Amino acid sequence: MKVLVSVKRVVDYNVRIQIKPDGSGVVTDGVKHSMNPFDEIAMEEAVRLKEKGKVTEIIAVTLGGAKGEETLRTALAFGADRAIHVKEEGEIQPLTAARALAAIFKKEGAQILFTGKQAIDDDANQTAQMTAALLDLPQATFASKVELDGTKAQVTREIDAGLETLEVDLPAVISADLRLNEPRYLKLPDIMKAKKKTIEAVSFADLGVEAAASLKTIKTTPPPTRSKGVMVKTVDELVSALKAKGLV
Amino acid sequence: MSKILIIAEHADGKLNAGLSKVLAAAQKIGGEIDVAVLATDGASVAAEAATLAGVTRVLQIDNANNAHPIAVVLAPQIVELAGRGYSHILFPGTTTGKDVAPRVAAKLGVPQVSDVMAVHSATSFDRPIYAGNAILTVEAPAGVVVATVRLASFTAVAAGNSAAVEKVSVSAAAPAGTRFVSIQAAKADRPDLQSAARVVSGGRALGSSENFSIIYKLADKIGAGVGASRAAVDSGYVPNDMQVGQTGKIIAPELYFAIGISGAIQHLAGIKDARTIVAINKDPEAPIFEVADIGLVGDLFTVVPELEGKL
Ligand SMILES: Cc1cc2nc3c(=O)[nH]c(=O)nc-3n(C[C@H](O)[C@H](O)[C@H](O)COP(=O)(O)OP(=O)(O)OC[C@H]3O[C@@H](n4cnc5c(N)ncnc54)[C@H](O)[C@@H]3O)c2cc1C
Repeated sequence: MKVLVSVKRVVDYNVRIQIKPDGSGVVTDGVKHSMNPFDEIAMEEAVRLKEKGKVTEIIAVTLGGAKGEETLRTALAFGADRAIHVKEEGEIQPLTAARALAAIFKKEGAQILFTGKQAIDDDANQTAQMTAALLDLPQATFASKVELDGTKAQVTREIDAGLETLEVDLPAVISADLRLNEPRYLKLPDIMKAKKKTIEAVSFADLGVEAAASLKTIKTTPPPTRSKGVMVKTVDELVSALKAKGLV
Repeated sequence: MSKILIIAEHADGKLNAGLSKVLAAAQKIGGEIDVAVLATDGASVAAEAATLAGVTRVLQIDNANNAHPIAVVLAPQIVELAGRGYSHILFPGTTTGKDVAPRVAAKLGVPQVSDVMAVHSATSFDRPIYAGNAILTVEAPAGVVVATVRLASFTAVAAGNSAAVEKVSVSAAAPAGTRFVSIQAAKADRPDLQSAARVVSGGRALGSSENFSIIYKLADKIGAGVGASRAAVDSGYVPNDMQVGQTGKIIAPELYFAIGISGAIQHLAGIKDARTIVAINKDPEAPIFEVADIGLVGDLFTVVPELEGKL
């Protein structure tokens, strides 16, 4: 069984975001980037399924500029067999990404598309669902457990009410939530081996994909800041402060 | 003029309170506002929705396939409803809304606006990115606007309306290949995290699920809902539905207690709209104190029981 894993290069989750003074966006130059944490989890899940003998080939896909290659090398170090780089320097919004992923999914005859449930830069949480829609496939989003059984998958999903389990026929799209697994620590030999694996570069035109209508960014602004509060020394002071604000 | 369709969420015959906040966002857009209730028998939910301010009409879509809110089943029905001339399709920013909305947007061939936190016009909105550390103002292109609404950003509309309820049938067939197996839902013996006026959250510092009783006791004393950091959920102290933050629940209570929580940006993303944040942490340098309105440095194992006794 072939599976596709889509991975995105994003500003590292530990970085304190700076907004450009002219409001044209977030500062990304010279800032540490890494694989979107949710995509790492998606990647790890695919590798574990391969280790269990349930998956035969893992293809990692990224969309974006030249630096996306670093992210694909990381995916290959995790254990992807090969990688596809949809090269595009401009901004790629979820619907366009979904069109490209759907085209690759079909071309490769994959059985599962694994993605992170959201990317921590745009926080959109759309690509998996949109790709499933374009392919008319079942979707199981926000997965915290995946069990493959031949032509079906049982997926436990983290939802507001608790945990929901769905059974989906394959092929299907699965998006990973945080508790699906803990991604492995990459070892040097794996990183070295990854350098020898192939990355195929393709363009939207090669895939027969056109950019979808997109949202236009008007401006990027910092969120309202909370003013610094007061420190109290004792529980009695805390209780008085709460009472003074009419909160208890 | 805009013609807005809001997809109502419900469970066990009860309307999800998020609708009243989506209605507030819809009123900012302006125009006619219809609410769709997709259920097996949506009569009681539709009747409840009809009482909310701003609703023009409630569409009750009864369909045997709608026993569970499954995205692949709901999306084609919503796409069919969209054909009735709607300019906007709005969803609450719940896990169900986030699951279904992109599927609808993709089928309609339009981009989606996720987590609308402010409405500037019928096509221009603010939404958070980078865990709420930047706010993007976007303009939607021509065509239907599909959006999810960040519930914590809007104040619920009042009740007192009596909008018409119209039964509507849809012909969209349910796609095969997706089956509901089970749900493991938390017992609802405490106020719901997303609508509670007071929330007490505990973090990794609690150390065990037994120790979490300290948090529950304080919460019960003040009638609060209970939340947790990701670390507390990952460590198995509490179930996943209690996680507050970027990837958990985004909440806006009047009063929030962060106890033994360091204040990582991903956690703060979930509490930015809390009116008053109280932090209890033994580390005076903990980042949570940078956003807390009232901070107390101390050991939670002595401070919290004392606080509970004095409230
Ligand atoms: C992609 C991504 C998404 C994430 N999403 C979320 C999310 O939605 N929600 C979330 O919460 N986190 C999220 N996180 C995790 C987040 O980065 C932090 O790791 C997490 O919030 C830490 O939880 P904590 O504050 O309980 O634990 P810690 O950071 O370990 O903090 C524990 C705190 O307890 C204090 N303490 C210890 N003992 C005591 C005591 N006896 N009395 C008082 N104080 C004490 C310590 O001083 C410390 O400040 C996410 C991370 C990533 C990468």
